[in-house]
Amino acid sequence: MWILRLNMTDRSYKFEDVPESYAMLGGRGLTSTIIYDEVDPTCHPLGPNNKLVFAPGIVTGAASPTSARLSVGGKSPLTGGIKESNAGTSFAPAMAKMRLKAVIVEGKPEQSGEYWTVMISWEGDKPKVEFMPADEYTGKDLYEVFPQIYERFGKKIHVCGVGTAGEFGYANSGIAFNDMKKRPTRYSGRGGLGAVMGSKGLKFLLLNAEGAPGVEYADQEAFKVAAKKLQVALNEHAITKPKGGLNSYGTAVLVNILNEAGGFPTRNFRTGRFEGAAKIAGEAIFETNKKRTGKEVYNHACSPGCVIQCSNTLYSESGDEIVSCIEYESAWALGADCGIDDLDAIGELVRLCNAYGLDTIETGVSIGVAMDSGMIPFGDVKGAINLVHEMGKGTPMGRLLGGGTGMVGKALGNPRIPAVKGQGMPAYEPRAVKGIGVTYATSTMGADHTAGYTIAPEMLSVGGTSDPLASDVAKADLSRAFQMTTAFLDSTGHCLFIAFAILDIPSGFEGMVEEVNAMLGVELTNDSAVALGGEILKRERAFNEAAGLTKVDDRLPEFMKYEPLPPHNVVSDLPDEVFDKVYGEM
Amino acid sequence: MLVGVKLFATLRRYAPEGNELGEVFEVELPENSVIGDLIEYLNIRSGEVKVSFVNGRARSVHYLLKEGDEVGFFPPVGGG
Repeated sequence: MWILRLNMTDRSYKFEDVPESYAMLGGRGLTSTIIYDEVDPTCHPLGPNNKLVFAPGIVTGAASPTSARLSVGGKSPLTGGIKESNAGTSFAPAMAKMRLKAVIVEGKPEQSGEYWTVMISWEGDKPKVEFMPADEYTGKDLYEVFPQIYERFGKKIHVCGVGTAGEFGYANSGIAFNDMKKRPTRYSGRGGLGAVMGSKGLKFLLLNAEGAPGVEYADQEAFKVAAKKLQVALNEHAITKPKGGLNSYGTAVLVNILNEAGGFPTRNFRTGRFEGAAKIAGEAIFETNKKRTGKEVYNHACSPGCVIQCSNTLYSESGDEIVSCIEYESAWALGADCGIDDLDAIGELVRLCNAYGLDTIETGVSIGVAMDSGMIPFGDVKGAINLVHEMGKGTPMGRLLGGGTGMVGKALGNPRIPAVKGQGMPAYEPRAVKGIGVTYATSTMGADHTAGYTIAPEMLSVGGTSDPLASDVAKADLSRAFQMTTAFLDSTGHCLFIAFAILDIPSGFEGMVEEVNAMLGVELTNDSAVALGGEILKRERAFNEAAGLTKVDDRLPEFMKYEPLPPHNVVSDLPDEVFDKVYGEM
Repeated sequence: MLVGVKLFATLRRYAPEGNELGEVFEVELPENSVIGDLIEYLNIRSGEVKVSFVNGRARSVHYLLKEGDEVGFFPPVGGG
């Protein structure tokens, strides 16, 4: 396997052997370790000294279910700390099959405004790298440009690229990857990594894995046994099985349960319930499609080999596709958080975010703050669509909004900024769901639900139960356990959603660990795998500390302490010691 | 006593005809009924309800209901 370095200053490249010390790493563990080892924590995220690292997971590309995640890492222009954001896409297994353990993008063109396409294809016994000018694709809608790229380079390629949001250097820009229908819809969305890629003049990174040898197993027979254990768990669990919760209703099936619990942030985190929740929920998407297409439409996979298949498509009255996919987070950020209950409008807003290369969460939360500050009223669909166009077209107003939640609140003089380390909060109210608040506050990533998904026990009765409203010191232990396990899971290349099955079915968890053992020829136990996750977190935290983040940054926003959240009228009341205990006792 | 009920996701099929998603329908129960009694009254198969809310708080099947309570039932759901 190789590590490939792309130097965007002089457009040279270099293949390197994988150092021994990286042998056990993949996905997030590898991107974060390379950033820790090679990037000056005090560098400007959009300057020449930041790096952008792509890495498939340890088992990505192998015969294992739901394992096509690609991690992207760098220093975040949104948080000022380390960032890993992963996406499910065919790009991930293609990279693994080309035996590329990581691609590290370095430097930046001396002339700003120059953009390049890098094509990596297989030739003879190793990958071949070509740089080509990409200026003709800049300033355009990604739905228009992706088909041109496929037309030019062939249908078998895998595409990664940035939209205008990345070109403009927005802190709310993501990196787009192709889905199974070649649409620009799978995102490493969070933390502004699109801007890092754009700053390096890298418009597209393309793979053609034809002829590539595929992944190497230390013990293929043992791998089959391990993957089977995981597969059985996924097929058995009510949430992950075919025609189960995720396959039928998508991730937006969560809308109603969070709303019922009073933990569904509404109108810039003013209340925990949205009167229009049922109209934007996964069930509503399913019923709307049924009415409009005349049949029950079950969801599809975002990437090859996924058995969960949770990605939906919203169809219009005339049966045409409005967008794929409306995730829970997007339905919430561009819906409830903006007081919008119109499903078609949310579909259009998601489509525009994909077209311009924007993170749907950061974009929605930023618009929510703008609405809360009086720029446009809550519920103003046309106004919201217009603001997304302003971002995508780079008007002065759009460029301000593209700076993210914290920037918008500051510019508009609004203390109600729902963010941690500058990153806008996702769709769970931390005043009403205390454990996820601990994760938001302490994650190395800024406010990020995926970093330690305590929602499983707090809301869904998965992996045990924990009272969401209990201001309990034990929430620190809960969040820590989830954060450590997740850091390992994010390194395997599996989708976080396998957690629903493996938290309840022990043989599934064993299967995941045994897969890694069979792939790498190591002997991890469940405990040592989780401990490895802890090591990754400590490295990320050390980077953040050197970048200037302190424990004061591990706190929830102040307004949540003095504004009680209806319907439970709860405030943020965990003492600081609880937040400090997460890493203090790791 | 009367309690309000909301059914979600795959449990929708146990709702009375015409009931919209997110809309409450009323059920008459004997005094001292618990959540488990309500599940039985609705003919929901055992094990299909994963999480029960009463007035926005998750409660067990043994929870004692009172007049005017609003109950929400969910099957196993997940996402993110």
